[in-house]
Amino acid sequence: MGFGLAAIGAGLAVIGAGMGIGQIGGKAMEGISRQPSAAGDIRTNMIVAAALVEGAALFAIVVALLVVLLK
Amino acid sequence: MNMLKMLKSTFSLLVIMLLSCNQTVFATDTHEGEAKEEDPIEAMMHHLGDANEFHIAGDWSIPLPCIAWSDDGFMMTMSSSFEHGHKAVNGYVLHHGILMRVVGDDFPRDKTVDVSFGHGHSNDEAHGHNTHDHDHGGHQTVDETGITGSSNENDHEAEETVHVETVKYGSATYNLEPCMSLQNTASSWQDFSITKNVFGMLLAMVLLLFIFSKISKAYTTREKQAPKGVQSFFEPLILFMRDEVVKPAIGEKDWKRFFPFVMCVFFFILFCNMLGLIPIFPGSANITGNIGVTMMLALVVFVVVNLNGTKDYWMHILWMPGVPTFVKPLLTIIEVLGLFIKPATLFIRLFANITAGHVIILSLVSLIFFFKTAMGTSGAVAGVGLAVPFVFALNLLELFVAFLQAFVFSLLTALYIGSAVETHDDHHGHEHATM
Repeated sequence: MGFGLAAIGAGLAVIGAGMGIGQIGGKAMEGISRQPSAAGDIRTNMIVAAALVEGAALFAIVVALLVVLLK
Repeated sequence: MNMLKMLKSTFSLLVIMLLSCNQTVFATDTHEGEAKEEDPIEAMMHHLGDANEFHIAGDWSIPLPCIAWSDDGFMMTMSSSFEHGHKAVNGYVLHHGILMRVVGDDFPRDKTVDVSFGHGHSNDEAHGHNTHDHDHGGHQTVDETGITGSSNENDHEAEETVHVETVKYGSATYNLEPCMSLQNTASSWQDFSITKNVFGMLLAMVLLLFIFSKISKAYTTREKQAPKGVQSFFEPLILFMRDEVVKPAIGEKDWKRFFPFVMCVFFFILFCNMLGLIPIFPGSANITGNIGVTMMLALVVFVVVNLNGTKDYWMHILWMPGVPTFVKPLLTIIEVLGLFIKPATLFIRLFANITAGHVIILSLVSLIFFFKTAMGTSGAVAGVGLAVPFVFALNLLELFVAFLQAFVFSLLTALYIGSAVETHDDHHGHEHATM
């Protein structure tokens, strides 16, 4: 049962990450469409922000791994 | 061509140093002589974890030095002399790939002897001890894995006693003791073995030294000319880090002090990540996927950031100005927690990203083996056709993640250092970092 809950937890975390990175990407697209000359800067900052959001999701993955491996 | 020759000769020297001790690449028995069932999870953990040898394929491995220190002094030997758990060298055994020390005053600690472990249910008694070292006629007996406190060694029941690994030598059973670590602070010995990860980190260090000494020499020998070769590959990276990351984050006053450190962190993590992506000998070590390695990196960052904290930095953490007094204690607690949590997020992020990437690639490769057990050889071929494109695409993604995670780690390091060294007079008319 612990394994199943860990899997569900990991899935929920990925939902959060997907929503967050989707928003980041969307706002980045809007920013580029408003000012195409800033596309390079926006792209760099978008990738950095995406890595940070993904880091948060990966904390949940680490917890799920802990549940599975340290059973 | 000169640099290539230098690199090749140094690399071959490293390889020769490591292989020149006992036997080099050699065929060993499989573990404990039984049919090893292909447990995909175990195979995956074997690839993700650390080991005392480079396992190349099947029975081929490249051994690495095992070094241990205890009250009896140093023990140093190549991991091949343990013969995958059949022999005890100077009182140490390699039990399931982990170096352990035999506990017991009467165990011979100055020679190599045969020992046996237990798996399976045969009730043969162990043969008499063989005191001749390196004798390949090691007697293979299978017994019950010992359980502490149970005097009946053929007992199949697992009792409620604490399970400790044991080894049989002669007619006696001895307990095994793992090395000192965060989980066993009361151990009697410490493990300094050159494992896969240590070897990988040393290799990354050697590569860094070579490449960057080459680059810095190029700036003096080719002063007025366009950059060429290795220098032209690394120069955009270095300039990007300097102009977009370190200078805006730390500020004009002190960035030069911390620029080498941030560069060190960036390139070390980058090289370690990329070494972990190479599937064969010099690179198959999952270095940054080991939480101990990343934890030490974050510890170094923590020390650097806090040793260089100005008075303003500590005031902002412990007793911040501009906040009503009744809320300050709560904020102090939160800020002190944040002091530890920020480096913790650094290393957990790096560890989780790299390990997740490796797990996905290993899962896709073990998909081929699933197909084989389900549908035979044709299934395996279909599995190859399915998995190889995915694994290729994922390896490209992992390469991107290697760069990105190194960049994010060093960006956050620069930001933390910047927040530690900035003083309030910097705020007037000073451009803040881009994040």
